[in-house]
Amino acid sequence: MKYSFKIINNDSYTRTAAIAALALSLVCGFIVIGILFLAKGINPFYAVWKIFSGSFGSSYGIKETVTKSIPLIMTAAGLTVVFRGKFWNIGSEGQLLLGAAAATWVALKIGQSLPSPLVIFCMIIFAAIFGALWAIVPAFLRARLSINEVISTLMFNYIAAELVSFLVIGPWKGTTKYGYPYTDDIPASVMLGHLPDSRIHYFTLILAVILSIIIFYMLFRTKFGYEIRVTGENREAAKYAGINFLKTTLLMAAISGAMAGLAGFGEIAGIHLHLTSPEIISSGYGFTAIIVAWLGKLNPLLTIISGFFFAGILVGGDAIKLSLGLPAATVQVFNGTILVFLIIGDFFLKHRVTLIKIRQ
Amino acid sequence: MDIAILLAVLKRTLIAGTPLLLGTLGEIIAERSGVMNLGVEGMMSVGAVTGFIVTFTSGNPYLGMISAVIVTAAFSQIHAIVSISLQANQVVSGLALSMLGIGISVLWGKPYIGRPLHSKFGEISIPFLSDIPFIGELIFNQTLFFYLALIIGFIAWFMLYKTRPGIALRSVGENPKASEAQGISVVLYRYIAVGIGGALAGLAGCHLSISYSKSWIEGIVAGRGWIVIALTIFAAWNPAKAFMGAFLFGGIFVLQYLLQPLGISPSILAMLPYVTTLIVLILFAIGKESRKKLHAPAMLGEMYRRGER
Amino acid sequence: MRDITKAFNGTFANKNINLHVSSGEVLGLLGENGAGKTTLMNILYGLYRPDSGSVLINGEDVRIRNPHESMNLGIGMIHQHFMLVDNHSVLENIALGFPDSPFFFPDRFIRKKINTFSEKYGLYIDPDKQIWELSAGEQQRVEILKALFLESDLLIMDEPTSVLTPQESIDLFSIIRRMKDEGHSVILISHKLDEIMANCSRVTVLRKGETVGDSAISDVDERSLSRMMVGRDIILTFEKKPLPRGKEVLNVENLHVISDRGLETVNNVSFTVHENEIFGIAGVSGNGQRELIETITGLRKARSGNVSLFGSSILNKSPRVINNRGVTHVPEERIRFGIVPNLLIYENAVLKHHHSHPFSSIMFLDYEAVKGHAKDIIEKFSVSAPSINVPMKSLSGGNIQKLIVGREINNKPPLLVASHPTYGLDVGATEYIRKQLLQRREEGGAVLIVSEDLEELVGLCDRVGVMFKGRFTGIVDPSTTRLEDIGLLMTGIEAGEDS
Repeated sequence: MKYSFKIINNDSYTRTAAIAALALSLVCGFIVIGILFLAKGINPFYAVWKIFSGSFGSSYGIKETVTKSIPLIMTAAGLTVVFRGKFWNIGSEGQLLLGAAAATWVALKIGQSLPSPLVIFCMIIFAAIFGALWAIVPAFLRARLSINEVISTLMFNYIAAELVSFLVIGPWKGTTKYGYPYTDDIPASVMLGHLPDSRIHYFTLILAVILSIIIFYMLFRTKFGYEIRVTGENREAAKYAGINFLKTTLLMAAISGAMAGLAGFGEIAGIHLHLTSPEIISSGYGFTAIIVAWLGKLNPLLTIISGFFFAGILVGGDAIKLSLGLPAATVQVFNGTILVFLIIGDFFLKHRVTLIKIRQ
Repeated sequence: MDIAILLAVLKRTLIAGTPLLLGTLGEIIAERSGVMNLGVEGMMSVGAVTGFIVTFTSGNPYLGMISAVIVTAAFSQIHAIVSISLQANQVVSGLALSMLGIGISVLWGKPYIGRPLHSKFGEISIPFLSDIPFIGELIFNQTLFFYLALIIGFIAWFMLYKTRPGIALRSVGENPKASEAQGISVVLYRYIAVGIGGALAGLAGCHLSISYSKSWIEGIVAGRGWIVIALTIFAAWNPAKAFMGAFLFGGIFVLQYLLQPLGISPSILAMLPYVTTLIVLILFAIGKESRKKLHAPAMLGEMYRRGER
Repeated sequence: MRDITKAFNGTFANKNINLHVSSGEVLGLLGENGAGKTTLMNILYGLYRPDSGSVLINGEDVRIRNPHESMNLGIGMIHQHFMLVDNHSVLENIALGFPDSPFFFPDRFIRKKINTFSEKYGLYIDPDKQIWELSAGEQQRVEILKALFLESDLLIMDEPTSVLTPQESIDLFSIIRRMKDEGHSVILISHKLDEIMANCSRVTVLRKGETVGDSAISDVDERSLSRMMVGRDIILTFEKKPLPRGKEVLNVENLHVISDRGLETVNNVSFTVHENEIFGIAGVSGNGQRELIETITGLRKARSGNVSLFGSSILNKSPRVINNRGVTHVPEERIRFGIVPNLLIYENAVLKHHHSHPFSSIMFLDYEAVKGHAKDIIEKFSVSAPSINVPMKSLSGGNIQKLIVGREINNKPPLLVASHPTYGLDVGATEYIRKQLLQRREEGGAVLIVSEDLEELVGLCDRVGVMFKGRFTGIVDPSTTRLEDIGLLMTGIEAGEDS
């Protein structure tokens, strides 16, 4: 007797099955993460407990989780657009940093002289524009020269990070911040308000949710959204249908970059109040947002939930960082493992696999 | 320039280019079979951390090297399973592998930060050849990794173009259906190709940790994995052409240190390899545009399923 | 092969099929598109596994699990779409499938062997050329060489002449005869009756996945075979009313187009299409038809010449502009170009028209209008679909094509361009689509068709332009021209004054 797998497509799955697959993927992911901790001699149950109690187990934890969900929701909503269009923008991290830098620059330049609502408006616009620019260049290279956007957006990440480092050590180094790689603080008048006893800059939170809803409608109710989805699913058919590939690619990249840029604005105006070294401005939000988008099935409404969930993991990660003395990049283990299991779960959801016997 | 300084710079260039060459060769083999593996950054990280830990604890760098190769090859099979058997999007799967690899390396490497390696690879002088002035010191008085990279590069080229399995591997990437019809197991070839890619990325990674820097630094791979993917395109998927690209970029890494005394900000200098990668890709794409004929494996990145109607 | 059954997604492709071949025999396997010929042969070749039934070779029951085992049993197959690696040389392609070629430097060994085969069977080929540089006939020779290297006793050829010029077909059959004389058996899959009658000694007929006939060639004639094949006499008469040619719609003048490989693929082509007219373009595929159509519909840029619609130029305009001017397009390779398989049916029903009234305002798509439109097309063009809310890919090929044709024809476009509109479809869908094209002609539309099916063109068209190597070798009236003469034009022999 020999056995073989038989794989059949199954496109008609129920919503319950989809949720079950998702839950199972997450459980399996956490089991593997647990094993990795075990290999390090850390009790995996303790670690997972620490993560969830750290993020969802206290009012402080929940507030922190909401705070961290803001950039994730914002960035992931933008990523749903490009990923549906099969433009693999991995450069959110760099776009976020550029947005942060632009917002800081605007606030420092005009913050004192103009009324604060106008300054905040300008910060938002500049952050969005610079985030978008940082995505449009790779999009142009992709559409015109067929340069793989994964590589170009990644290179742009590194360049953005080095650029921010350069700025905060060099030309933008604050006059009041002796020895630290910080710019001066932005004027108090343009700092975003927080919910009581928290760091939740609610303005950006509301903006992120509203923009997510707008993007949802854009994707599924407008001509442009339709064109993005057609382009992503079948580029040849898009060309046949008279859809302009260059224009569509540039626009969707711009949306995604602008969203990441806005996340950067939020981090500056709501949290840090000055530009500083890149790894402090963004603790891997750009990369985590990729998983958030994927976990949310590339649906900008679902990414609000998955963004909140992953923010919890980030906060939990901080908790175990402190209590177990683990490095910050440990979060990447979570990201990678969970993404792998999400892909696996997706496969088993969309295919029916049976073991068949082959007679000799 | 002083001849001794020139020699030192060129030698550093070759050393810095070695991991890029190894990684590129691995990615060429994987991509030739039709599997794009964006997990090189992660695989190199795993190779680096494995090599370092084993060398540190056992005191034997050869053991470290072999472990790095085996562990990374095994690690690469995650991508193989997910993208070949489970037919997932190769871009997403590769990204997941990169994140996972970087995370694991940081997690495992934490206790070793700042601890110097006592046992390391020495330079091996090739008898007679190393006595040639200049060239001898430059090429024939190097570490094992350098020689390995050259030998593997030659073998990879020879295997791909001059042997039957090589023809089969390339056919699998060009036209899996035709290959299957000829009795070639597309799945098996792809698994092996990804495994070889992983093994070479592991070798590249452990070169960084046990030979190049000789200590463990978080983020030691520093984007080299992504540069490798660009170099694969630059080399037109041909191992023979990978040499030039890898050593050119090795030179750029060295250039960073050379320019430092000129008072340029280290952050700006650190951008050099990434900016160069972009420029090279752009120049290359413009050049290709006019020639119209790309050499990318025809089915690169496409999943293949047997018996599909 | 005994009682072979194979089903795909619940529909039988093969049902209890029996088939046998003796050595030194050429067996014809006859059947329409979708009759199950290719599936049956893929089972014999190990690409598919039968759900039930058995295969016997020299009286022994064998299990063929993959092509490799099939090859070891002496079975070779030449697929309709060649299984060749385009960017590799002839040598590399042969080495790929030949397990006895040496590990190192397989090319040297194979080069020697090719020469001996070339002498023996009259198969001449340059072993160092890359596949994409070869003509279809030459590529087929590479496939035959591959089978000969494996010492195949039984060679399966799937529609071998479908991509060949008449002259190349003659050469092919002389090769097949020499192989037969050497003791090889050949299964010739075809739906061309004359080929089967002329070259086979026995014939097996399939219809809808079942065996409906098996007899010596001397016992049957073309008429009885065709009856077996389709279940009724073929009536190749289309109800085509004689109509006076209306005013000029499309005018193509001295058009020159460059292919992806940088070669001149459309070379000084001129023709017109009028109202109440179907204009056909005949020719073996790869002679520039595709690029010509792409240029007319805006998907490709021309180098020189002009294309005008109702007298105003549409040359090198974007596909959207050309579509807005009234040119619709049923593309070739419908799944690749014509639809988005993962989007829903109603989303596909407005592909190309989504930007225009009534489906969209400045920004928003009116999904009610889109859904209404989709329902409308499905009803009007009898597309059988479970609902408009399922992904497009769940439809069969025939229904996909009906939807595309419906989508493109529904607004009564002044010019409808259709590439291979019935390729690979079953009889019912084919007939339906042809009727739609004829109806469009009657309503006053201009229709431009590209097809490789000469009978289709002759039956439908008012005029046929024949293309060879990028040029029109002639524009003929099919009602007064013999099929053979069109065949000659397709090989580049232009009709003399005496024909």
